[in-house]
Amino acid sequence: MNTKKALFEYCIRIGDNSMILGHRLSELCSRGPILEEDIAITNISLDLFGQCRNILTYAGEVEGKGRNEDDLAYHRPEHEFRSVLLTEQPNGHFGTTMARQMLFSVFHYYFYKELSKSNDVHLAAFAAKSLKETMYHMRHSSEWIIRLGDGTEESHEKMQEGLNKMWSYRHELFEKDAVDEHLIELGIAVDTAKFKDAYEKQLEEIISRATLEIPEEGWRATGGRIGHHSEYMGHILAVFQSLARAYPDAKW
Amino acid sequence: MSVDNQWPLWEVFIQSKTGLPYKHSGSVHAPDGEMALQNARDTYTRRMEGTSIWVVPTDAIVASSPDDSGSFFDPSDDKAYRHPTFYVMPEGAKHI
Repeated sequence: MNTKKALFEYCIRIGDNSMILGHRLSELCSRGPILEEDIAITNISLDLFGQCRNILTYAGEVEGKGRNEDDLAYHRPEHEFRSVLLTEQPNGHFGTTMARQMLFSVFHYYFYKELSKSNDVHLAAFAAKSLKETMYHMRHSSEWIIRLGDGTEESHEKMQEGLNKMWSYRHELFEKDAVDEHLIELGIAVDTAKFKDAYEKQLEEIISRATLEIPEEGWRATGGRIGHHSEYMGHILAVFQSLARAYPDAKW
Repeated sequence: MSVDNQWPLWEVFIQSKTGLPYKHSGSVHAPDGEMALQNARDTYTRRMEGTSIWVVPTDAIVASSPDDSGSFFDPSDDKAYRHPTFYVMPEGAKHI
């Protein structure tokens, strides 16, 4: 396998996850349940976009075809996006948004922690910086899940519903293919299998503190990482890319 | 008057650097202390304003009444000797 191509693909996967989840959270800007939470969610969205910009810029450099972050964000078609299906799921009610965030942020935490030891110096520095942001995202969403789960009857019910809805999407975060294997061998990529148990254990702990039930295992989400997205992705990109497509190279 | 159906109010104090006093920055609504800390962090430290945060339930603050301002504060008006202006500040003493 061509290492340059694999590294490009690897960066795109990281960046697209942050981009699509960041976009979903940005939809809540001015629609937060309270002012403080509105700011909190928007902050998290901005953190994710910051991560996305960094890694897509690097992806463009690795690729060496002169594409920058904007080219990669705004001028790729849906099937070239490598984000996992979890990130594109609709916000639903607040319990759903927090469940999605927690499943992703806990993963992101372990992922960045490992990636900060990467042999690729750019990836290592990027991960170390992103890890701090992610620790806060994880804390924010976990604390909400604990409060809503262990809150009123209605909040408990809604939190459980949100968790059930998002639960099966987490498996895709741990998928591995030839790109991963090749880069793991070189000490560049993270072997996510290493922290799967720790991830599951941490979810169980949050769920038990929230007095919620661990949802039943059913189907497993898959496809996002090879560009097979759910029905929501087209709508997201239509909004996300519309300005750049209508007015190419628009400047502030 | 509208009914206040928000969460309890918390006052936010932020320390901009280690060693400096905490300064009142504003207030947030939150159901409990941990959430008040998070909300304060998100609302008031977005531009590197702080290194440490205190949140205090607004209820817990005992404030002087404007009616008392005469008896509380006016007597110190004419007591210049209470100001340490007759001393030379030692070099290296900061934040005084």
